[in-house]
Amino acid sequence: MGAPTLNDYLLVSGLLFAIGMAGVLLRRNILIIFMGLELMLNAANLSLVAFSRFHTSAAGLPDFNGQVLVFFIITVAAAEVAVGLAIIVALYRLRQTTHVEDINALKF
Amino acid sequence: MHPLLFWIFAGMMLLFAALVVLHRSPVASALSLVVSFLALAALFVSLDAFFLGVIQVLVYAGAVMVLFLFIIMLLDLKAEARRKINPVAFGGGLLVTAALAGIIAKMALSYPEGHRAAPALPAGAGDDVRHIGLLIFSEYHLPLQVIGCLVLAATIGVIVLSKKELH
Repeated sequence: MGAPTLNDYLLVSGLLFAIGMAGVLLRRNILIIFMGLELMLNAANLSLVAFSRFHTSAAGLPDFNGQVLVFFIITVAAAEVAVGLAIIVALYRLRQTTHVEDINALKF
Repeated sequence: MHPLLFWIFAGMMLLFAALVVLHRSPVASALSLVVSFLALAALFVSLDAFFLGVIQVLVYAGAVMVLFLFIIMLLDLKAEARRKINPVAFGGGLLVTAALAGIIAKMALSYPEGHRAAPALPAGAGDDVRHIGLLIFSEYHLPLQVIGCLVLAATIGVIVLSKKELH
């Protein structure tokens, strides 16, 4: 078994993205949907880090621009989780449910 | 890093990510998500991104997951009772996901530039913190300030949203 190639990392990252999307599409609990979103964000981070490592500069170092982007993504994702969970708590206070099919006031 | 470790951690990450989706209890899902993020941090380390591996453990497996568990306990969620699922919606979601996974797998495996292992790093190249820090505080200092404003706005927004009276 040889060292993992860029394609291996991209495959793993794509599968992680698909699992996260399955969580968003198939589950009806809003917290699990939120966890699926986190999985998709992390899948994107993994492919960014993989591209950064395989795209070496003239000095032979990884391309650190990709890693800086991942740093920013992690920061934004942390802020997004805090705001999203606050919205879920506010919603729960109003409706006593986290089930998306019970939240249909805007549904025609 | 030994090549076998990559496959062990990748398999662990995908397995526990699948458990997040499959578990009925939200607490079990959140704990599976922690393990999945830890395995992802190990994959970052296998790509010589030590700084991001540490950040991943601190921010995701630490702070974010504590927040998730805290909210689950606060809302006192039980494992959801089995509801009647809409078979059309469920089958449609499964079909879309399987199609996406198939397309991504086909594209990722046929990418012609990607059939090589990572080039070896020169000796003493483990100081990625220094390189990332230099980039953040020189080329990316404006985005850093914007991110700071975003985090401040998010903090204020969370406090406003969490107050008992919204108006």
